[in-house]
Amino acid sequence: MDRESFKRGLKDGVPIGLGYFAVSFTFGMMAVSGGLNIWQAVLISLTNLTSAGQFAGLDIILAGGSYWEMALSQLIINLRYCLMSFSLSQKLQRNISGIHRYFVSFGITDEIFGVSASQEGKVSPCYNYGAMCVAIPGWTLGTLVGAISGNLLPAFMVSALSVAIYGMFLAVIIPPAKKNRAVLGVVLGAMTVSSLFAVTPVLKKVSSGFVIIITTVLVAGAAAYFCPINEETEEEIHES
Amino acid sequence: MSHNVYIYILVMAGVTYLIRMLPMALIKKEITSPFIRSFLYYVPYACLAAMTFPAILTSTASVVSAGAGFAVALLVAYKEKSLLTVAIAACCTVFIAERMIQLL
Repeated sequence: MDRESFKRGLKDGVPIGLGYFAVSFTFGMMAVSGGLNIWQAVLISLTNLTSAGQFAGLDIILAGGSYWEMALSQLIINLRYCLMSFSLSQKLQRNISGIHRYFVSFGITDEIFGVSASQEGKVSPCYNYGAMCVAIPGWTLGTLVGAISGNLLPAFMVSALSVAIYGMFLAVIIPPAKKNRAVLGVVLGAMTVSSLFAVTPVLKKVSSGFVIIITTVLVAGAAAYFCPINEETEEEIHES
Repeated sequence: MSHNVYIYILVMAGVTYLIRMLPMALIKKEITSPFIRSFLYYVPYACLAAMTFPAILTSTASVVSAGAGFAVALLVAYKEKSLLTVAIAACCTVFIAERMIQLL
């Protein structure tokens, strides 16, 4: 057990857990007002650990859609995790037992992926476990409290907490973008492409999960083609 | 309507876990292709940037408070503060901005 990594994971998990609480609170509220019982709402959050996928899944349950529809919607909305898992498969320490890969996989969310990608060099599974130890309870308890109380968390708090996750993402991507022009280009390029999807008439209809996949493949692919990395680039960023 | 809520949950959770687990379980070797290595190196930055902007602008009660939160988060992140600090700074900014909007 790598205690240092675990502790670092716990610490980085705090803003994730807080942000999750606000989002899953809303999920719990909606699930119960739609007709699920409290424990079903909590079970969904505990076993799925994903926001967009759960909201879409909830709609399908409440509308009585088919199981196929459910499977397909989850596949499409959550397909971005496939890319993250691929990326993390290279980042995870090599000398660990294979079983860790199955546990770490469960905790691949946008945010946990974000913080583990920001770690220097290889990442220890213990780091991910630390983050998961805060994030999963935050997500599950938020759902429970939302399901029970309906309106306990005032709107202004939900509004303020919702921005936490994006603040964290910025904390992950901005410092390397300062040091490496290619990373800066990737960040600006990705923001531009996803903005185009948000404002262009036809592209607007593309679901947010796909926008992320398309943007990532396009921008990271272009960067890999025009600015391939070498060992020096990787060190240059992590050193200072 | 004979659909069972627990089967729905099982399908949801099963599909979602498989998506997360399969690449991790199948790709254990270190990839040597420079293109794929470079691609995977850039993936987190592209992915997180795409998720952040423009979504951050519609994450709060008003575009103005969200914009303020975005600006402050950018600044604090530029100063290389920790994740928690940046997140809290953004939350506080949104909170204060929304109180000020109410006063106007």
